[in-house]
This record gives sequence, C-alpha cells and structure tokens, in this order.
Amino acid sequence: MTLLLVVLVLAALWASMATALLRATLALALSSALLAVFMFSLGAVWAAVIELSVCAGLISVVFVSVISLTEQRPLTELLAQRKSRLRRFWPLPLLLIAVGVGLSFVHTPVQIALPLPSGDGDVRTVLWTLRQLDLFGQIMILLAGVFGVLVLFKKEAKDGD
Amino acid sequence: MSYLLLLVPFASLIVLNLLPKRARAAALWITFGILVAETAAAFLERFVAVDWSFLAPLERVLVFNLAVDHLSGLLLLCAGIVGMAAVLVGRRTLADVADRFIFANLVLVALVGINGIAMVRDLFTLYVFVEVTAVATFILITVRHGRLAFEGAWKYIILSVVASVLMLSSVAFFLLCAGGISFEAVKTALAAPGSLTWLAMALFLCGLFVKGALVPFHGWLADAYTAAPAPVSVFMAGIVTKASGIFALIRIVSFAMGDALPGREILLVVGALTIVVGAFLALGQSNMKRMLAYSSLSQMGYIVLALGGDLRLGILAAALHFFNHAVSKSQLFVNAAAIEEQLGTLDMDKMGGIAARMPVTGATAAVATLSIAGLPPLAGFWSKLLIVLALWSAKEYAFAAIAILASLVTLAYFLSLQRRVFFGKTLPQWAEVREAGTGLLVPAVALALITIALGIGFPFALRILGVGGA
Amino acid sequence: MAIEIPQSFWLYFTFFALLALDGIWCILATRNLVRILIGLEILMKSVTFFLIVAGYLTGRMALAQALVITVIVIEVVVVVVVAGVILGFFREHDSLDVKNTRNMKG
Repeated sequence: MTLLLVVLVLAALWASMATALLRATLALALSSALLAVFMFSLGAVWAAVIELSVCAGLISVVFVSVISLTEQRPLTELLAQRKSRLRRFWPLPLLLIAVGVGLSFVHTPVQIALPLPSGDGDVRTVLWTLRQLDLFGQIMILLAGVFGVLVLFKKEAKDGD
Repeated sequence: MSYLLLLVPFASLIVLNLLPKRARAAALWITFGILVAETAAAFLERFVAVDWSFLAPLERVLVFNLAVDHLSGLLLLCAGIVGMAAVLVGRRTLADVADRFIFANLVLVALVGINGIAMVRDLFTLYVFVEVTAVATFILITVRHGRLAFEGAWKYIILSVVASVLMLSSVAFFLLCAGGISFEAVKTALAAPGSLTWLAMALFLCGLFVKGALVPFHGWLADAYTAAPAPVSVFMAGIVTKASGIFALIRIVSFAMGDALPGREILLVVGALTIVVGAFLALGQSNMKRMLAYSSLSQMGYIVLALGGDLRLGILAAALHFFNHAVSKSQLFVNAAAIEEQLGTLDMDKMGGIAARMPVTGATAAVATLSIAGLPPLAGFWSKLLIVLALWSAKEYAFAAIAILASLVTLAYFLSLQRRVFFGKTLPQWAEVREAGTGLLVPAVALALITIALGIGFPFALRILGVGGA
Repeated sequence: MAIEIPQSFWLYFTFFALLALDGIWCILATRNLVRILIGLEILMKSVTFFLIVAGYLTGRMALAQALVITVIVIEVVVVVVVAGVILGFFREHDSLDVKNTRNMKG
C-alpha cells in the first residue's frame, strides 16, 4: 500500500519534471493509473474505473492533441531549456522527502466521524437517488464543455476577414 | 418552483440548439425572456400564491435538494437584472450571429449555475454549480478570441481551479470530521468544532475568497474584466464573481457560522484589506474598464466587511450592497461599452468632455458613480450607512472608520473618472461623436432609474420586501 | 461521536500533502503553459485521492465515490477548456511561454 503510494508520488514528480511534454503526459497517465489501482484496492471500484478510463485515457488524449497542435521547439532548444528548468525544480524532490519524513513523525490523534451502522449503500443508489442534483450539474458542465470546444477549437476560418 | 429555476433554462438551451439555423437569430431574445422570468421569479412568492402541485409528478421522479429563501431571492433578482442588461449590450456589441448564439447559450448555462448556487443546501453541490458558472464564464471571456481575452481568461481559470481544489479538500475534511457535507452536517460540526473542522472551514473560505477575488487573491480580476468583451464584462462584474464567491460567503455566514468569533475577524480583515487595496489600485488606472474592475474589488470588500459586523444587520447590509453594486456596476460597464463603441478606445487620458456629446451616458454614469461612492439620496448611500451601522453596533469602530475613509477614496477615483472622461472641453477628435444607440441606452437608463428609485424610496422598499423579519 | 484513527490518517494525509505540493510547485516553477496544466491535473488528483481516503476512513465509500465521479467529470471539462485556451494562446503568440500571460499592466 505504502509502496503503491510512493510510486504514485514518484510518477507525479516525474510528470512535473520531465523534459519532454509527451513524457510528462505519459507520467501523468501513469499516475492516474496508479491512483485507480489504489482506489480499487480500497474498494472504490466505480471511481477507479472512471478515473482510469477518463483521466488516464481521455485526458491524455487531450494533452497529446494539444501538444501536437502546438509545435514544439527543436530539440537543441529543449536541451538548453533543461538546465534552467532543473535549476527551478531541483528543490522539489528534496522538499517532498523532507515533508514526507517530517509528517511521518506526526501522530496527533484526530477525531473522525463514525462509520454508519448500516453501511452507506451502493454508489449507484447514492448517485441516482441522493445526488441527482450533482448529476444535473454534470450534464450542465458537459454542455458548457461542448460550447467550449465550439468556441476554442474551431479552425481559424476568420483569418481571411 | 426551485425545480423550474433549473429546468426551464435547461429546456430552453435544448430548444435553442434544436432551432434551424435561420431561426438562431432569435436566440438572444429567448435568453432575454428567460431572464425576465428569472427576475419575476424573485418576487413571485411574495405577491402571487402559486399552486406548485402540478409539479408533483416531476418531484417524484427527480429528487433535488433545493430550497428558495430570501437570500436566494436576492441572487435571482440580481441575476435577472444584470443578465438582461448583459443581453441587451450583447445584442448591440456582438456583430457576428454565431457569436451571439454562443453568447445566448452560455448565459443560459451560467444562469443555471447561478440559480443552483442560490438554492443548494449542500457544500459539494454548491461547488458543482460554482464550477458550472465558472466554466461558462471562461468560455464567454474567450468568445471573440484575441490575445487579451486569452490572457484574462487564463489567469481567471488557473486561480479558479486552485480555488476548486481548496474547496474540494475542504469537502474531504468535512467528510472526515462531520461524516456529511450538507449544510446541516456542516452546521452541526461547527457547533462542536475540532481542529479538522476549523481547517475544513478555513479551506472552504479561502476557496470562496479566490472565486470572489478578495485580497490577496485578487490578481485575476482586473485582467479578466478588462479583456472580456463588453457584454461579458457586464455579466461578470454584475453577477458572476458575486455569485461564486460573495454569495456563497453570505450563505455560509448566515447559516452555518452563527457567532463563530474567529470567522468574523477573518471577514473583517479580508474585507478591509480588499476595500483599501481595490480603492488605491483604482486611483492609478487609465483604462476605464480596469478602473471599474478595481472599484468592483473594493466594493466587494465592503460586502465582506459587513458580514463581519453585527450578524442580522450585517447580512442585511451585505445583501443591500450586493444588490446596489450589481445594479450600479453593471450600469457603469454598460456606459463603458457605449464609450468603447462610440470612441473606439477605453483610455481615459485620451478622452475629455464627452458629456456634451453623450449626455445620457454621462448622466447615468454620474448617477452610478455617486451611488457607489455613497452619496444620498442614491441607493448606495443606504447600503454604506447600513454597513457602518452593522460595524458600529458590533463595536468594530476601527473598521467602521476604514469603511468611511475608503468612501472618500472611492469618491476620489470616481471624480477622476468623471473629470477625465466626461467633463471639461470636448477634445477636437471627439467632436463628431454621437450618443450610443438605444440598445445601449435602455439598460443604462433602466439601471440608473433603479438606483435612484431605491435611494429615494428605501424605507418603503424595506416594507414591501418584508425584509424586516429576515 | 468520533473515533481516532491516527496511523492511517496521517499516512494518507502525508501523501495528499506530497501530491499537492508537487502540483503547486509545478504550477509556480514552470515557464510552459502545458506544464501548468499538468500541475493543475496533479493538484486535482491529490484532491481526488484525499476524497476517497476520507470516504474510506469514515466508511462512507458510496458517497465519496459519487463525489469523485462528479469531480472527474468536471475535471475533464476544465482540462478541455484550458487546453483550448492554450491553443488560442499559441495561435496568437506562436509560443507557449508563460511570459505571454503577463502583458496586461497595472
């Protein structure tokens, strides 16, 4: 369990520090997959499936298409950039290790709510009966997303004007 | 009725998109109609006893946990009024039919979001509808492309996502310590708070501060307001930022926080800082919309400051200032749209003596600026007065003083705006400028009339709205 | 009305903090717009993680999953919109440097 989480953080670290954006996207997809595995291991099956298919899948597709539509600079420039980027990023792994180690010494007891005696049911029931408003919100946001695509991704046919 | 407020705009969205291409020109009018209904809905329950039982079959199928109360009515009213002004400006300034169609649709989406914010009883669902409004607004800012639009949108989006993350982590913490995320659960948790509860509340408040662009998270406001196309600026300044951040704040304070002392002090400090920073930043601006943006920042600080005072009086003061600002600031942005259309620039240093050429714009701008600065007998005077009273009765004398002194700075930058834009000799390059078309004058005049009417008739308005018992 | 589970809470909280820090640092330290989006994604992942953990620790997995599913849907739409804005930026400036987002003064 802890090992899984450590690898997850490492993948996220790789995503933020990778030189090439495509590698960073790969790292991001990997961390989504690991998160899905973690969720699965805790019993959150439905969330794990959606995380895997949407975040590791759909979002990676979006990233790759944006990266390919925005021309990359030549490799020589990228390698030159690498030094300055590493200079900005090198404290990050150290910071993470420091925070990780530091927090591992904290043992203050925390008060958490008790689990419900009858368990809290099936996700599908909760989603469809208790959180219908959230579902409606999802529909609205998907609608907004469609307009977003219409506005932002349309080919610039207006250039001739 | 709460169901209708969400489902009717949604249904009209579907209808709009099923229209044949040729009929799409009517899109803005359909949106306008929905907004009229929205404004009416705010008053409906008070004057007409409507039998909602015809909705019973619907309510059996859909289980939405919504409630409409006085506070919701406030937001509905503001959304309707500001929305109508924005649509009228949009009709005038968005030349391309395709742009108008998208604008009409997105305003409806944002309206669903705002109505949701007005009616939810759950912390997470509040987040969902805040996001709906936010995403619709992101796209609205970029509807006409252009480098400034993308820049303004970018800053807003990044900070908005950070705010969402803050709000979601707060939801997680509330789930941990309260076992639930409805307003009821939060209220119970705050009654017997542990360290996790404080953290959760603090995180949520920070998220709301970012959404509402309060100091120190105000970095995105000026760019977004200035770069957005004219109708979108009206819409954002008038309702969006207020609904996403400030309204949720009022809701939480009135419902969940009660007399929680540390919360009040945070509100006082953040409010005061926002007022001062906004006012001083507004002083040095030469772009008209940018100055109006910083002025909005400052006024929202007043709303938050009011919440830190005596509870009942503070909420009333905040609500009134909310309404006044929605009306007056929208009107000022309508004026800015008129000036931009006729002069082709928003650089105030290049302007001069416009009042002679654009008398209606000048007059309405004067009404709005004096109202926001708090001069009687305009509406803004009453809300400023109530804010100071709320602070005074809570013995927060220092903050009351800040509120009054900042009014002087407000007056200063608005006089500077008036002097640079409207007064003085008409510069030669503006000699041929004409008054803006009716499409832009109607909303300006209507909003100004509301300001004057509310200012003069305020004591009567209180009685009509039955606010005394709120 | 409450129980204390110090061990696993702090473990999970640590990883939440690490992920969040990674995301925040990424956003602040990068000069590339797409990498800022990656940082935002990491942040959202950290919160998704913590929501599931919260559900697990309080035995409210169904609620937590319902919340997470909604969050993921919203996340996707936001990513698509940000990608669109990045595309717009690129078309205007022909570069993905974050310097291009600092042009508005005052």
